[in-house]
Amino acid sequence: MQEDNKQKNKSNRRDFLKKSLITGGLLAAGAIGFEKVFSAKKDSGEKVKVRAPDGKVYEASSDHLKEYRPPPVTNAEARRGIAGKKFVMVIDLAKCDGCKTCTAACQTMHFTEPDREWIKVFKMKDAATTAPYFFPKPCFHCDNPPCTKVCPVNATFKRQDGIVLIDNERCIGCRSCMAACPYSTRFFNWSHPSALQIAAVGEMAYSPEQSVPRRMGTVEKCDFCPDMIRQGKMPACATSCPMNAIYFGDQNEDAVTNASGGTVKLSQFLIDNAGYRHLEELGTEPRVYYLPPKNRKYPGPDMKNVGKEKKKTKPMEMDMGNMQM
Amino acid sequence: MVNEKSNLPTGQASLKSEIETLREDCLSPTRNWGRPTQIWIGCLLIVIAWGLYCYIHQLRHGLGVTAMRDYVSWGLYISTFVFFIGISHSGTLVSAILRITRQEWRRPITRSAELLTFVSLVFGGILPIIDLGRPDRIANIVIFGRVQSPLIWDVISICTYLAGSTIFLFLPMIPDMALCRDRLTVVDSRFKKIRKWIYTKMALGWKGTKSQWHRLEWSMTIMTIVIIPVAVSVHTVVSYIFAMTLRPGWNSTVFGPYFVTGALYSGSACVILGMAAFRKMYHLEKYITLKHFNLMGQIELVLTLIYAYLNLNEYWIPAYKMATAEGHLLNDLFYGSYSIAFWTCQIGTVMVPLIIMSFPKGRNITMLTITCIIIVAGAWVKRYLIIVPTLLHPFMPIQEVPGTWSTYFPNYVEFSITAACLAGIFLFITLFAKLFPMMAVWEVEEGIKIDHDKQSAIEIRKQREEEEAKITGELSALGNETIKQPT
Ligand code: SF4
Ligand code: SF4
Repeated sequence: MQEDNKQKNKSNRRDFLKKSLITGGLLAAGAIGFEKVFSAKKDSGEKVKVRAPDGKVYEASSDHLKEYRPPPVTNAEARRGIAGKKFVMVIDLAKCDGCKTCTAACQTMHFTEPDREWIKVFKMKDAATTAPYFFPKPCFHCDNPPCTKVCPVNATFKRQDGIVLIDNERCIGCRSCMAACPYSTRFFNWSHPSALQIAAVGEMAYSPEQSVPRRMGTVEKCDFCPDMIRQGKMPACATSCPMNAIYFGDQNEDAVTNASGGTVKLSQFLIDNAGYRHLEELGTEPRVYYLPPKNRKYPGPDMKNVGKEKKKTKPMEMDMGNMQM
Repeated sequence: MVNEKSNLPTGQASLKSEIETLREDCLSPTRNWGRPTQIWIGCLLIVIAWGLYCYIHQLRHGLGVTAMRDYVSWGLYISTFVFFIGISHSGTLVSAILRITRQEWRRPITRSAELLTFVSLVFGGILPIIDLGRPDRIANIVIFGRVQSPLIWDVISICTYLAGSTIFLFLPMIPDMALCRDRLTVVDSRFKKIRKWIYTKMALGWKGTKSQWHRLEWSMTIMTIVIIPVAVSVHTVVSYIFAMTLRPGWNSTVFGPYFVTGALYSGSACVILGMAAFRKMYHLEKYITLKHFNLMGQIELVLTLIYAYLNLNEYWIPAYKMATAEGHLLNDLFYGSYSIAFWTCQIGTVMVPLIIMSFPKGRNITMLTITCIIIVAGAWVKRYLIIVPTLLHPFMPIQEVPGTWSTYFPNYVEFSITAACLAGIFLFITLFAKLFPMMAVWEVEEGIKIDHDKQSAIEIRKQREEEEAKITGELSALGNETIKQPT
């Protein structure tokens, strides 16, 4: 009897350990955990020390490390959003040098297949005589979102904090929203998630806020990382940008912050830098603002081959190695 | 009958014998299932079986087995859906509109038109479900349905139209079912027992009493009036799936009427093809005549004219302005990778038929059949050209994506499943024609009776006039001027 209890205690503790390993430094841990999962095939026997939330230090095999994600919020909570907030993003095109670190960080964060770029860096040139520039484009989380309007089952919805999310447990895969989004923001899960991705995601419980695990036949897109926001952190793209080009914040607080930690007053920032929104004339009211690409410190994109070069179609799994940070 | 009025024999006896031949002409095809029919059904079943296999493949591995990708997220399935729903407008036009305007010549062709409506609607309705990523969650449409979504408008109006056209097809079949039921005992035919059961059930105890006729006519009148607005709404909301988006090429206020006329134009062409086919296969030359083709040809001509006019609006107005995003799309359609298909559609399947059908000679049976095949094929390609090029010209440039994303051509899975749907339509029509009369027997009978009545009325009048003339002549000869002449 007693032994039984002991056994239970032990396994309970192990469970607890597993769940709470590496609470701090989520991003870094995420990266480690991710890599570990990818090479999890053979036991390396490597031991690492980790501190659990109770303050004690435990030793565990590094193969058991998994990125810690807090338990997801309920569906109702995920549909309501965070009270009193209005999230907003500002992207300074003068600073973006097209390195695509944001894309990579996003892909790691969301276990995305390599051909899905939730934040995609376009090479733009509006007219023959105007300057070429890089244009990172996440979902704009429009305030007048054409995508949520057409959804027949309310699987994609607008929350009170401004974020537009998709519930992939409800989505019927009609792709109306993809036709309706004027910014080609949405991706469809045409096939089953790849084996590597399933391994990476593990047995995470689903919530629209973290968009994983994915399901075949449903739609996905940039979600503004609401699960990170709930922990008081910024979306992965904003924190990873080496040029500090992506600002994120709350419009109600009138403040946005970039990766360097510098916080600015949103309204004044937009006025001073002539902030604008992409394709304003469509009336979608994006929540993402851009600052014009003036006085750049780097060469703009080479537009010669843009639109002509084609990525080879690789099976998704082969490419997974490139997507780690 | 309609064509050979001069040869019509008069008198009750001849009327009876004429009706008798009509009944036999209509019912005899349902009695023999010849070799060709069996082979034809076999072929259709093979196509359907292969399509089913492909669909199971698609269910297991996801829509990734099709050629659709994130840019072209709607392809052949949705184009065919729009096309089939378009075809389904045929029944309403021919049947309801001609009924309401009391066109006598409609009688022999209403049944096939209504049937075409029904089947194309059923298979048109199946296609978006095939296109769903999660068909297993279809119940969500009912559980979580949002009336604000154009897709839900579609579901509602297509279901209404389906229910309406089922009733519209079934109501005029009741007296014919009774006829089949009563005649079945006379001749030997296959599957007698099950047929007897079907006919008896479907005849709903029809005895042909006065009150039953009265009720039938009443319900037909109501259905005729109700079905027309429903039909118009169906294709209008189908167009809204596209027109409610901001995409260049779809963001157009003319889309509702454009789709409705496009539907009527392709649907009526299908009715003409159906007429030609049934006429040949079931030897109905006596009933479906050159007159019918000529009149349907005239209707088709008018519809093509309106359709051409709306095409002009749809393309010329934005082409004059060449706004940025729209301009890219139009350049591709006019001069780019879709130009051959586009111009073949516009000139080959709209302008050329227009010219051919304007001449009476172009409305003879052979010419009209060829023209209508061209029209129907063109209408199908046109749906594709409305949907796919727009998806390939989004506002954001298509950059650095796998090659398969930035082009689209349906692959074998899509072709197989679509072909299976088409085969399903043919199979349904074939089985229907082998079970039920392809003309509304009682309606044609009524037509014959009306003709007879007219004929005898003319004769009676003639006789009376002659007699009157005689009497008048005699009277005047008598010189009696106090008697008034009969009026
Ligand atoms: S950018 Fe597209 S997906 Fe995002 S909210 Fe706007 S319309 Fe919807
Ligand atoms: S694909 Fe899913 S999220 Fe998009 S409109 Fe259809 S049901 Fe809604």
